[in-house]
Amino acid sequence: MRFCGDSGDGMQLAGTQFTNTSALAGNDIATFPDFPAEIRAPRGTKAGVSGFQIHFASKEIFTPGDQVDALVAFNPAALTTNLMDLVSGGILVINKDAFDEKGLKQAGYEENPLEDGSLAAYQVFPIEVTRLTRLAVDDLGLGMKEADRCRNFYAMGLVFWLYDRSLEPTLRYIEAKFGKRPEIAEANRRALKAGYNYGETTEAFASQFRVNKAELVPGLYRNIMGNEATAYGLITAAKRSNCQLFLGSYPITPASDILHELAKHKNFGVLTFQAEDEIAAVTSAIGAAFGGSMSVTTSSGPGIALKQEAIGLAVMTELPLLVINVQRGGPSTGLPTKTEQADLLQAVCGRNGECPLPVIAARSPADCFDAVQEAWRIAVRYMTPVFLLTDGYIANGSEPWKIPDLKSLAPIEVKHPGPLSDGDVFHAYARDERLARPWAIPGTPGLMHRIGGLEKQDITGNVNYEPANHQHMVDLRARKVANIALDIPPQAVDGPATGKLLVLSWGGTYGACATAVREVQAKGGAVAHAHLRYLNPFPANLGELFKNYEKVLIPELNKGQLRLLIRGQYMVDAAGLNKVQGKPFSVYEIVNKINELLR
Amino acid sequence: MSTTSLPVLTANDFASDQDVRWCPGCGDYSILAQMKKVLPSLGVPPEKMVFVSGIGCSSRFPYYMNTYGIHSIHGRAPAVATGLKASRPDLMVWVITGDGDGLSIGGNHLMHAIRRNLDINIVLFNNRIYGLTKGQYSPTSPLGKVTKSTPMGAIDNPLHPLSIAIGCEGTFIARSIDTNIKHLGAMLKRAAEHRGTSFIEVYQNCNVFNDGAFDYATDRETKADTTIELEHGKPLIFGKNRDKGIRLNGMNPEVVELGKGISEDDLLFHDEQAPEPSLAYLLSRMSYPEFPEPIGVFRAVNHPMYDDLLNAQVVEARKARGDGDLSKLFNSGETWTVA
Repeated sequence: MRFCGDSGDGMQLAGTQFTNTSALAGNDIATFPDFPAEIRAPRGTKAGVSGFQIHFASKEIFTPGDQVDALVAFNPAALTTNLMDLVSGGILVINKDAFDEKGLKQAGYEENPLEDGSLAAYQVFPIEVTRLTRLAVDDLGLGMKEADRCRNFYAMGLVFWLYDRSLEPTLRYIEAKFGKRPEIAEANRRALKAGYNYGETTEAFASQFRVNKAELVPGLYRNIMGNEATAYGLITAAKRSNCQLFLGSYPITPASDILHELAKHKNFGVLTFQAEDEIAAVTSAIGAAFGGSMSVTTSSGPGIALKQEAIGLAVMTELPLLVINVQRGGPSTGLPTKTEQADLLQAVCGRNGECPLPVIAARSPADCFDAVQEAWRIAVRYMTPVFLLTDGYIANGSEPWKIPDLKSLAPIEVKHPGPLSDGDVFHAYARDERLARPWAIPGTPGLMHRIGGLEKQDITGNVNYEPANHQHMVDLRARKVANIALDIPPQAVDGPATGKLLVLSWGGTYGACATAVREVQAKGGAVAHAHLRYLNPFPANLGELFKNYEKVLIPELNKGQLRLLIRGQYMVDAAGLNKVQGKPFSVYEIVNKINELLR
Repeated sequence: MSTTSLPVLTANDFASDQDVRWCPGCGDYSILAQMKKVLPSLGVPPEKMVFVSGIGCSSRFPYYMNTYGIHSIHGRAPAVATGLKASRPDLMVWVITGDGDGLSIGGNHLMHAIRRNLDINIVLFNNRIYGLTKGQYSPTSPLGKVTKSTPMGAIDNPLHPLSIAIGCEGTFIARSIDTNIKHLGAMLKRAAEHRGTSFIEVYQNCNVFNDGAFDYATDRETKADTTIELEHGKPLIFGKNRDKGIRLNGMNPEVVELGKGISEDDLLFHDEQAPEPSLAYLLSRMSYPEFPEPIGVFRAVNHPMYDDLLNAQVVEARKARGDGDLSKLFNSGETWTVA
């Protein structure tokens, strides 16, 4: 289902509450918040429509769903921009009060859709949400504006009844959030209950729905958003490696929430630095990495573009650093609040010179936690900056997270060489068996050394411009990164080990691709799915895998960036399914493409 | 290094094994020599020091020091130093930059490093030219400066580094001159001892691309009349015969001759500890040839330091909420069990 309304209507809150309640009821869930880039577009206009979609189910699910079975539209603009996603016969709850002349005009309606029969294909429930909410809070002495702000709770109550949800979690939320303002808390409570009671007492709705608990792996669960999981992952990785966590970041949508979340947890020894710009964000992190901290910089595409010179410095100085890119629609400022996967080449190739570094991608909100662990493991083991790609879709989306057993989290080994005695010479660019150089940190006697962006002499680390040395060092840095392929799991495949078609995906398209492939498999289609976590280097067996399938399909929310890399490295004539609309794939789009290729 | 008594360090202990590759006669040599001379007097071992630089001739400095060092990227040394010092308050961090590096491409970072007041020391080598890129005008080049990129003369108004530092509420601001080695050494020492960001501008001669830019301030014949040494609590007196001074006329400084009814008491007295930076700013505006140019400490005041405050917040958070507990964090919010 989807809540949609004006960006001031509290749709994100309604969606979040419904999500948490569904999660607590034991459903599997996936969410997709979708909001405008403008903080406040003019009220009631199409530019200001904010939506929150929740998919909940009694079975395992991987996406927030293509289409919605129920839509709550708070105004005509929300209706006109969202109606196309409602299934035929779906439930349409409408705040009738907003469908006045002005509202209709702002949304571009010439006739009132509630009256002209254009909604005949749906189960329409026009409800006077505004009037009924005001009535519910009538004697609390609130102003009209404050009373109207409770409307989202009325709508929540109604939807909670429709899906047989408990009001308890939201009542607890109201108490925690508004407890200090008793009249507001009471108003929201009343609106919520009024909505619920409306569902129960009126005979408007023919039926109530019940979605049973999902069959998830046993364990303790909570709901988690992608950016939150990233932040938790960082705190956990710091703890596992016994490092101080330092974040240098500059605010940018949709990455800022990682900074916000980390800033809340200073009692973990987390240092967050809101820098003056993106370049200072990454260079401060490099300074902290030189000092021995677990250093991280978080941003989104345009910010990453600014950081690239410094990332090159981190490659040259061979310092561990996490660069997290929560991708959004580009180029340039592009679509700040919408999702895209178009920064893959930026991560793999986007620096001057031969400048390889490991790139990995998270596939879902909860997976951000694990992806961070892996990124930091690689960064310290190989003394290299590591790119972690997430995207707006998984950063703001949420899903149940099986809370990890702390005992199962092994330490991440970090080595700092100890002091040298007088006379011994320290070599800053001597290497271990993985070609990693030592992470010698200031304060250690005898290890004084200088690093920087100029080419280094092998072993000593002194500045060196000799031609043969440069060739050697470029080759060495490349080999170090390439060797990581031997230290990551071989690529697994979901489906037949050989066959007609392999769907290859990466990042946030995991859910849609997994669902689509399983759907086709269930109907007997000879299709398998490989989802890449490692984008550089690729898993060692990937080239072999391609030989087992007649065709390869690579669906991406870009114009074919992974496809370019795969074709370049493996000479595989992969087909693409490419979409750049600021929206995730719908399952049916992938299913259709798979079926076309299987034909 | 593991002996029980502290070793007595000398300038040589701070010299790295790398060949110094500045042009013969470059003012940088003098600054390097004074730095190596001052550091042993600070009681800080080389392994506790980090030199951070950007790009430019001056920015090769870290390679020549037997301390830890990062030669980073153009203009970003203050930001690198910020991350380092914020996460490692135990280290003594020096930023070495030039007028192009610090004021042009890195102007933003310089400004923010100064206003945050981390306990770092920034030394800006000002030679009023781009040396490494071979002679283009810099942000401190005077109007009309003819260079390779300005054959008809520079038309950008020059920046005054100290005015900028004061505008950023810098807590320690000083100026010295490469050839005035005693003075330079004293300034470096005071900067090192200052708690908070110290910013020193050093007039430095580029004898290849901008030779003699500061002759007026270094020439034995003229320097007594073209510079004025600031001393806290003392009147502003200068001149070969110490017969001239600076007096305030309303809001403006003016050069006056002592005697003839003007005594020392009529002069402007320097107060480096003035809480308001107005006096320091006024001094930073005095430039040759209208005025003698002040050298010395313009401002030295105490303010809370970013690195202190940042790390104090961690301590405070731990006191208030206990040491971070992953299990508690993971289980925050609503949880449910799937059997």
